[in-house]
This record gives sequence, structure tokens and C-alpha cells, in this order.
Amino acid sequence: MLAASAAIAAGLAVLAAVTDGFRAATTEGAWRLAVTERPRPLPDATFLDQSGHAFRLSGLRGRPVLVDFFYTSCPTICGLLASQFQAMSDSLAERSRGREVVLLSVSFDLERDGVTELADYAARLGSDGRIWRIARVNAPDELRDLLDAFGVVVLPDGGGGFVHNAAIYLIDAQGRLAGVYDPDAAERAIAEATK
Amino acid sequence: MIPGVLLYMMLVAPPVAGWLEGSMVGHVLVQIPLLALAGGLFARGVSGGRGSALAGFNAGGILGLLVAVFAVTVWMLPRMLDAALRSALVETAKFTTVPLLVGAPLAVSWPLLPPVARGFVWANVISHAAVLGWLYSVAPNRLCTRYLFDQQATLALLLGWGGVAIVGAPQTAQSTRRA
Repeated sequence: MLAASAAIAAGLAVLAAVTDGFRAATTEGAWRLAVTERPRPLPDATFLDQSGHAFRLSGLRGRPVLVDFFYTSCPTICGLLASQFQAMSDSLAERSRGREVVLLSVSFDLERDGVTELADYAARLGSDGRIWRIARVNAPDELRDLLDAFGVVVLPDGGGGFVHNAAIYLIDAQGRLAGVYDPDAAERAIAEATK
Repeated sequence: MIPGVLLYMMLVAPPVAGWLEGSMVGHVLVQIPLLALAGGLFARGVSGGRGSALAGFNAGGILGLLVAVFAVTVWMLPRMLDAALRSALVETAKFTTVPLLVGAPLAVSWPLLPPVARGFVWANVISHAAVLGWLYSVAPNRLCTRYLFDQQATLALLLGWGGVAIVGAPQTAQSTRRA
């Protein structure tokens, strides 16, 4: 009886340890929890936006940034993210504090998404290039570091596209990754960014 | 004992491990159960199925069963599957703990369990397979970041049908015997 009780206690302790206290059973859940509890620094990547303007992530410091990762030919989840960013862009434009927030959509398809494709995509979605910027990085190494820092896993889907985890990421005014939200949680992301 | 060692050596070989871990079904429904089987065969060979060395602690097979249940629960967590693919340390832990803490204790404890407890274990295996299958099928996102969504759907289907097969197999066998 004593041995069985000890086994139950040890088993529960191990389960608690590998689930962050029974709060996260998936990698994504654990990542969101870790980021929220301990905001983490990001690499100072250089981006090229839909207008061909280069800018660095550190250049946005001082303002909260809401980020998503996508590719323009994505047939699935990127569409939901884009509609959320459209709605967020409209919503932020109407708020006085909203104008302090930057929306940044970053393509990870370096082969197909050049500035022209990003400009077409931006025009289609009504991205103004001020509140909402559509961008890419130039170097594969820089992209890999960026995806790693955000916890984004991109896998080829075997049909020329990609499978990737989709979320809205919050970079706080200090330039740290401070929150990860579901693709349909735009209002919550805005509330966190503007509080 | 030797079949267990041979099975383990085959599973640990990088080409086999890589191939099985290339799909979610191979990882969850083939590699982990076979690692447990390897541990079980090894333990049966060593103990002769009596669990004599731990008999005092493992009265009625309860301790061994508890250890196996907790260990397998850990390795069924999606984040542990991801971690095993990402980290050599976690992968090593999987190849060590599944045979030692799932297969071996289960093999040693199973003969000691009373029939009611065995029935309880089977009922739990079936219901957990069905629940896991359902969870994997209704999850809006990929639960494992390292596997594609269609692999998750296939696993869900196989878990569900696996539960049905476990329930149906004894009935079918009984009907066949009656006929």
C-alpha cells in the first residue's frame, strides 16, 4: 500500500513537471505559457516591406507590435490570420492609443514572396503600410533565427505549400516577445497591446 | 530475453527509429508499443514471469501497473513526442523509460493481477484509445508541431478503430469458437 501510494505521488509529480503543473500538454501550449510568464528577447532582424522599404525590428521599439507569419499562396490558416489583421487594422485606426500599435505580417516563403507579391497581397487586403506592414526578411539564416525565436515551426506539406503553427504574437514596447494568442483572438491581442 | 534485446536493438537503430518517427502513427502506435514489448519480453525472460525480485513491493501487481500507467501517460503527451524529436536527451529518455518503466513492469505485474484488475485495465485502454482518438480528431490545431494535420487525423482514426477492434476481437473469437 505504501509502495503504491509512493508510486502515485511520484507519477503525479513527474506528470506535473512535464506539463508545467498540468497546464500545458502540447508544445504550443507550453510555449505560450513560457512567453507570457517570461518575455524573451528577439533577434534584430532586418525586414523589407511591401513598398520595398527596409527596416529593423529594433526600429519599432517603444511601440507594441502584433506579428503573424504567413505566405501569400497559403490556402488555409493564413486567410483567417489576414482577416483578423484586417479587422485589427481597422479597429486600431479608430482608437487614439491604437495608432501606437504596429501590425506586422511576415512571409516565410522566401522563394515566392518577393516585394511585388507582398505589394499585391497588401493591396488585396488593404494594408496601408503604416499601421499594418507586410514584410519579409532577406536571408534564410535570419528567417530561421526569427522563426526559432517566435517558436514557429514550418514544414513543407508535400504539395508545394507549408504547414505551420498560426498565432498572433505580441512584441512589447521593450522589443520582447511577450504574448502568443490564437489566430481568432484579435480583440484579446489588441487589448494586451494597448493596455 | 533474447527476443526483447533483438527487438530493442532493431528499434534503436537510427534508420528504423527515423522511419517510425517520420509519422505520428509510426511514433505513437508502432514505436512506443514495440519499445514496451521489448522491455516486457526482456523482463519476462529475466524473471520467468513471476516478478520474484520485486514480489514484496509488487503485491497483486499494483505497483508495476501504476508505474506503467504513469510512464505511458507521460509518453502520450503531444509535447513529449515533439520533445523526443527535438532533443537527443529526451529521445534517450524515451528509449530508456518506455522499456524499463512501461513494458517491464507491465509484463511482470500482469500475471499477478486479479482478473477484475485485468478487466479494469482493458476497459481503461479501450476508453483512453477512444477518448484520445476523439481529442485528436476534434482538435482545431495540430497537437504535435512536428507532424502534419493529416497524420493527426489518421492517428485519431486508428485510435478509434483500435478501441473498437479490442472490444470486438474477443466477441469474434467467441463466436468463431461457438460455430
